[in-house]
Amino acid sequence: MAPAGWSRWLVPPAALSVHLSIGQAYAWSVFKPPLESALGLSGTQSALPFQLGIVMLGLSAAFGGTLVERNGPRWAMTVALVCFSSGFLLAALGAAVEQYWLIVLGYGFVGGIGLGIGYISPVSTLIKWFPDRPGMATGIAIMGFGGGALIASPWSAQMLESFGTDSSGIALAFLVHGLTYAVFMLLGVLLVRVPRPVKAAGDGPAPLDGPQVSARSAVRTPQFWCLWIVLCMNVTAGIGILEKAAPMITDFFADSSTPVSVSAAAGFVALLSAANMAGRIGWSSTSDLIGRKNIYRVYLGVGALMYALIALAGDSSKPLFVLCALVILSFYGGGFATVPAYLKDLFGTYQVGAIHGRLLTAWSTAGVLGPLIVNWIADRQEEAGKDGSSLYTLSLFIMIGLLAVGFVANELVRPVHPRHHEPAMRTKEKEASDVQ
Amino acid sequence: MSSDGSPPTRRPLIAFAWVWVGAPLAYGLYELVRKATQLFTG
Repeated sequence: MAPAGWSRWLVPPAALSVHLSIGQAYAWSVFKPPLESALGLSGTQSALPFQLGIVMLGLSAAFGGTLVERNGPRWAMTVALVCFSSGFLLAALGAAVEQYWLIVLGYGFVGGIGLGIGYISPVSTLIKWFPDRPGMATGIAIMGFGGGALIASPWSAQMLESFGTDSSGIALAFLVHGLTYAVFMLLGVLLVRVPRPVKAAGDGPAPLDGPQVSARSAVRTPQFWCLWIVLCMNVTAGIGILEKAAPMITDFFADSSTPVSVSAAAGFVALLSAANMAGRIGWSSTSDLIGRKNIYRVYLGVGALMYALIALAGDSSKPLFVLCALVILSFYGGGFATVPAYLKDLFGTYQVGAIHGRLLTAWSTAGVLGPLIVNWIADRQEEAGKDGSSLYTLSLFIMIGLLAVGFVANELVRPVHPRHHEPAMRTKEKEASDVQ
Repeated sequence: MSSDGSPPTRRPLIAFAWVWVGAPLAYGLYELVRKATQLFTG
């Protein structure tokens, strides 16, 4: 509980210290080639720790959400710190003794629990501290998850360059990661506070105002499943670009007078990461002004339009292709960052962290669905003798269809029926309406 | 409880906390911009 005079501006850096750390997961690919050569692994095998980590993220967020609500953000951040760091330490031991299963268990299983609990740990608290700007507050934290890979990718690469890419070099790199992230995340553990349950005038926290729905009740409402579809479709569409960004831009302009070089394609991927991050804070903050339903209309409707432009005219203009892809990726990031505030609008702050955790199963589903669609179709098109932009046309139209499904699901979102509200809050609402 | 108007005693802590997370983020962004410029020069 926050002492008197505690500033709410200490809570976003606390959240960022956790999200910037666990966002490292998306930079796992840096470790793949060294692990493959040091331990004689295939590409599929070296991806296992990351894949298990993402599965554990979804599972621990879904099943640990209620515990996070019950025990508070400091407990959750401590669990995230311990799991994420000890995951690295176990992986370091695994690399040192050349036992790959230990790396999978450490980074993937133990570290993955840290990812899930860490991801949802600050969400509910931020919303309670910033009832006037919940989109901006959760946008800052979830932007951190995108930023984590930006930091870890060059940092890990430099470390491997210094320590060497043999098993002892990798072990040392894992060890340094584990210790550094433990210290870095400690700031979050020390600074995070839940607001005092006092309704202040102006923009002070008023945690239990409005309809309040428990996580158990929320998953029984159509609103939850509509949002699940919205998130799943939006993420699938974003991953559709993200997964094949470098080969896609190369193929689209392979026959043009200015083909895209390997380094330019890498620059394009980096630019997409920037758009993803900017979308998280930018669009999520915008949702505070124009409303959650409207911002998702933009993500899904304009997103579909951008996909159509790429499919129909993307190969005619490089700037047009790049611009459309950047907008799509900014919507992808925005979709992630805005959803906690959307949940808060519908279900209240009572167990919003736990509900968010359950909703993240949509992310896990999209993580499988998106790459599957794009890669499978591109492979079939290649087998059919197609090349250039026509390799992706079908995938792009499927993405438009998915976004249309998401758009309809968003339109179906209505306020939650009072029968799902928590009884104590229902009484409070009734009293309020009686007074009016 | 404070919102935008933080008491002076908390300000150094707020500044420290933001620098703590801001410095590595700035490093990541710098590396990103360096790489992204390859789209226009590469």
